[in-house]
Amino acid sequence: MKGSLLIRGGRVIDPASRLDAKADLYIKDGRIEAVQQGGGLAVPEGTASFDASGLVVSPGFVDLHAHLREPGQEHKETIATGTRAAAKGGFTTVCAMPNTVPAQDSRSTIEFVQSRAADTGAVRVLVVSAVSKGRAGKELVEMAELAKLGVVGYSDDGSPVGDAQMMRHALAFSRMLGLPIMDHCEDTALCHGGVMNEGRVATRLGLRGMPVAGEETMVARNLILSKLTGGHVHICHLSAAGSVEQVRRAKAQGIRVTAEATPHHLTLTDELVTAGAMYDTNTKVNPPLRTAADVEAVLQGLREGVIEAIATDHAPHAAEDKLCEYDQAAFGISGFETAMGSLLSLVHTGKLTFPVLIERLTLGPARIIAREKDGIGALRPGAPGDVAVTDPDLSWTVDAKAFLSKGKNSPLNGKTLKGKVVATVYGGALIYQEQRQATTRGR
Amino acid sequence: MTSTKPAGQQASRQAAKAALPPRKHVLDLDDFSPEEISQILGTADVLSEVLSRPISKVPTLRGKTVLTFFLEPSTRTRASFERAAKALSADTINLSGTESSAKKGESLIDTARTMQAMGADIIIMRHSMSGAPYLLAQHTNLSVINAGDGWHAHPSQALLDLYTIREKFKKIAGLKVVIVGDVLHSRVARSNIWGLRKMGADVVLSSPPTLLPEEVLEAYAGELPGRLMTEPNLDAAVEGADVVMALRIQKERLAADGAMNLRDYILAYQVNEERMHRAKPTAMLMHPGPMNEGVEVSHVLAYSDRSLIETQVKNGVAVRMALLYRLVGASEVSA
Ligand SMILES: [Zn+2]
Repeated sequence: MKGSLLIRGGRVIDPASRLDAKADLYIKDGRIEAVQQGGGLAVPEGTASFDASGLVVSPGFVDLHAHLREPGQEHKETIATGTRAAAKGGFTTVCAMPNTVPAQDSRSTIEFVQSRAADTGAVRVLVVSAVSKGRAGKELVEMAELAKLGVVGYSDDGSPVGDAQMMRHALAFSRMLGLPIMDHCEDTALCHGGVMNEGRVATRLGLRGMPVAGEETMVARNLILSKLTGGHVHICHLSAAGSVEQVRRAKAQGIRVTAEATPHHLTLTDELVTAGAMYDTNTKVNPPLRTAADVEAVLQGLREGVIEAIATDHAPHAAEDKLCEYDQAAFGISGFETAMGSLLSLVHTGKLTFPVLIERLTLGPARIIAREKDGIGALRPGAPGDVAVTDPDLSWTVDAKAFLSKGKNSPLNGKTLKGKVVATVYGGALIYQEQRQATTRGR
Repeated sequence: MTSTKPAGQQASRQAAKAALPPRKHVLDLDDFSPEEISQILGTADVLSEVLSRPISKVPTLRGKTVLTFFLEPSTRTRASFERAAKALSADTINLSGTESSAKKGESLIDTARTMQAMGADIIIMRHSMSGAPYLLAQHTNLSVINAGDGWHAHPSQALLDLYTIREKFKKIAGLKVVIVGDVLHSRVARSNIWGLRKMGADVVLSSPPTLLPEEVLEAYAGELPGRLMTEPNLDAAVEGADVVMALRIQKERLAADGAMNLRDYILAYQVNEERMHRAKPTAMLMHPGPMNEGVEVSHVLAYSDRSLIETQVKNGVAVRMALLYRLVGASEVSA
């Protein structure tokens, strides 16, 4: 029975149906067929089954923000390698950001990515279109035409939409199309030449800083323009306490804004640039790792729902892009395979509950791109049979060399994390399973 | 508070030396103890005497190869290191690159590894980007001396400044040292903040607000014998100072960053005779060079008997000899 699977005896957390209980989950012909609390679900003889006792079973994760690098930078990642890495991290839906070469800004590039994904992708790839042609900030893409192809939003990510008038127009159109404008909020004049967070550590290291004001001013502009147009603005990889506060207030005023935060901005600070290897270029990311106070504020925003989604901003790079001076290193962290492990530290320390964490990885992001109607990010009958199975207690040491992603750029390399995705099911097929599971489990 | 005795007394020098662990790299002064700094200054004393001999050479580094690898031009620092290496009987190789050629990433490490394979032992590196020497320290087996990296550190300059201050005042602890100018972009200031405070001096930073990172006090917090303060008004900062250390201003950077108008800078931050009158009568002027005369320092003051600028240059060789000596950890310098 292809695409059919019984996942037995796990703690099933499905925020969409407010379920958090021991249950059996049955997937038939690639779709969720039944969820039975308490277990004991009867399935046809011969159905493959997976013993999830002691494990957490949730919808497959939905990543709003990932860089798959194809077309144009296949030496950094391909759709094939990127989606396998995503699957290993528990992600079954990945939104491909448009800063490819050429940019995803036209029918031909977007159809190319969609067809490559269909041919080589291990999980569902949804496409984010550029806002402007070539991400050059001069001319809007054919937004309506590309919406018909199924793009889930628009972004010039890698860069902000610098021109306020263009942002205004983009938001006005996006309102009509029902899709978000996903902006990388950075005032490029304030952040010019910056390579890390402006502050104590940058001062000490003599590195040019990017002030939090560089993010906050663009968030403010975007909120004002969203209010003006009624368009849905989505704040990508929000990192600063001041940005959280602005989004919180804007929501209270009814402005159509959503936001995402990355695992690294929820768990790491700029102190990491001097911890261990000094000037470790794997810590270089944009927006930069901020201070503990920012991390605390972003986490608070996530808990409250001011930030609805966790997105990895998976940004794989080749070794030579990082084996260099800090100033010259590329921005980005290869994030798929460590996301859950690092996020679970928040659960283990009591800073976040498991159901809220799962919600921000599943239903929250699905809603932002208006795909919850398709059952993405949920386990209700009829929804796609996409499931992540997590062992919250499995201790493991990050070995970037063993990443399925071509990008080995991780500041967590060598660190020990507690908790890991041990199996991923996509369309009812077990597409990833932790090798050591049989030996390390045994409760 | 831990209070560290201003070390440096000749008597304790040999004992301290015996106790210090070997050192592989000199990347900044942040990982130097006051004892180690004292020891280096003491060694420089001995070696400066060697330099004054008719045949100013000792065999300490015989058979060793010292590579100077400057990716940012600096004739003076390089010549000073080269002279120091030669005075210790090292073989020297000079390698220079341009901003575009050998700079990025792997090519930098490749170059260093090639030199290592060809027998280099110590690499003295100057680079326009902060942290570059750490890259070589992490990816080669060479001993790395940082001869200036970006805005970050310039430890040999700070040591020669300490040496010059100690030579003039016979002490460092308890002195008030004012560092004036572009602190934001200054590796000299950054290393001197460590060095001076570790040796018990009080440091006052006086900068235009646009060139003084707000977090500077936080960045250098920690229990050191000397204190760190900021005072943007130079006239107030200089009051009662023992040393006024002017930093080099890069006019182009000032303009490009829009941080300050040059005429305004001169008005508010030039160290001149009038301002020096507010300092102690014994106060001295220092400058790491090269100097923009008439900008950060007035011409008259720079060449007056209140200036230590020439002495700094002269002391550079002995201090750099002492640093090389420290890395090799060889036998006693024979008198
Ligand atoms: Zn971005």
